[in-house]
Amino acid sequence: MSAELASPAHGYPGRLFVFEGLDGSGKSTQAALLAKWLAAQGYRVFQTEWNSSELVSSTIRRGKKKGLLTPTTFSLLHATDFADRFDRKILPPLRAGYVVVCDRYSFTAFVRDAARGCDPGWVRTIYSFAPTPDVTFYFRVPVRVTLQRKIASRLKINYYEAGMDLGLSDDVHDSYERFQGRLKREYDRLAVSDRMTVVDSTRPVERIQAVLRDHVRPILSGFPTMETLMHDG
Amino acid sequence: MTGRTYGTPLPGLPAEPRGGQLIVIEGADGSGRTTEVSRLKEWLEVQGHAVVDTGLRRSTLVSEEIDRAKQGHTLGATTMALLYAADFGDQLENKIVPALSAGSTVLADRYIYTLMARAIVRGASRDWARRLYGFAFIPDLVVFLDARPEILLHRAIGKYGSLDYWESGMDLSLSRDLFESFFLYQARLAAEFDWMATEYSFHRVDANRRPDQVDADVRALVEPLYRRSSPRRSGAGGPAGLIRPRGRDASG
Repeated sequence: MSAELASPAHGYPGRLFVFEGLDGSGKSTQAALLAKWLAAQGYRVFQTEWNSSELVSSTIRRGKKKGLLTPTTFSLLHATDFADRFDRKILPPLRAGYVVVCDRYSFTAFVRDAARGCDPGWVRTIYSFAPTPDVTFYFRVPVRVTLQRKIASRLKINYYEAGMDLGLSDDVHDSYERFQGRLKREYDRLAVSDRMTVVDSTRPVERIQAVLRDHVRPILSGFPTMETLMHDG
Repeated sequence: MTGRTYGTPLPGLPAEPRGGQLIVIEGADGSGRTTEVSRLKEWLEVQGHAVVDTGLRRSTLVSEEIDRAKQGHTLGATTMALLYAADFGDQLENKIVPALSAGSTVLADRYIYTLMARAIVRGASRDWARRLYGFAFIPDLVVFLDARPEILLHRAIGKYGSLDYWESGMDLSLSRDLFESFFLYQARLAAEFDWMATEYSFHRVDANRRPDQVDADVRALVEPLYRRSSPRRSGAGGPAGLIRPRGRDASG
């Protein structure tokens, strides 16, 4: 067994696995399954997701009521939220040597802000404090499939998720399809430029999970498990 | 107002909000900034210009969150810098731009420069801060009120009776002594303002003097901005811009 560890680009002792994709692409299900498996393998795992915190959601609610939010402030508020999460939930376990499983990362912001017309270079600069992950899985799925999944599970479509603030259409479903279509095109572009691992989300859950496990095995080769950490020192 | 930003276009806004002048008064706490802003506002209004004054942390969007974060001292440096940027963005788009488009003069009691200096002394890189605020409009005039740390200290104590935790940079842990921390912090801010003075074409005004002396210098800088756009002084047959009543009165 080789104990040689390829040094990750971020320079921290932990590992950073990122899950990205449209809402309803199945990424959260897959992230949870992978985290469970990693823990069962004896790795120290920390799972975290990026959805709106109280700080941002209360502000956004207020801003929406007053019609004050613009693409720029919307972007900066989310960046504020992400920076706070990064400081608290991502960086400490990464430094402590955990496998950090992130459901959404800075790419979510790149995609969403670009769809709202923000300058992509500007957004990248703002998030430059977030290091490059060891692997980023992009769960690729046709927009229609995510909409069908949403309708089937009777989930309400959120105003911003449908991009209603952009005035693309008065109809929520129509606006959702157009806005999510923009997001998908951005994701497809980033998949290439940011070397994401593209996962075909229309395949069965078990098949996808098997692919993910095969993919992370080499990244974790030689990475210490809980067992070795407890008895080495 | 040229309507140009420092680099990043603002989505969803008119590219060129022509009209009013954007005048920025920058300077440390105790440099006499607030006094000068109110003097200048008064003077401009007497000249016939509509003035909207604005400052930092006055937006309705996130000012509560900022106050809460400051009380708890819980947010990291990057997070705070971004929260301030969101607040500034809100003011720029919802207050400054509409006022300029309507032809008003916007008098800003501090602008992105103070926010950048604070972020940089707390660990942000100059480049990150500069690009973060790339969406800000380039002012027509930036006045920097330059005062020595000793003067700032005396004015702060004279005004509040003590030194402020944040204005002394106590969150930076430069020194456990408030007095010493104040000097160390102000020196670091001054170093950032020095760099920005060139980069952003500040007009320095010696603020170690009396308010009326400072004011005279600031007026001399402001006056040329209005040479071509001053309100009409006279017109044939009465005060310009006033419409004389007609109709009923004329017949009677």
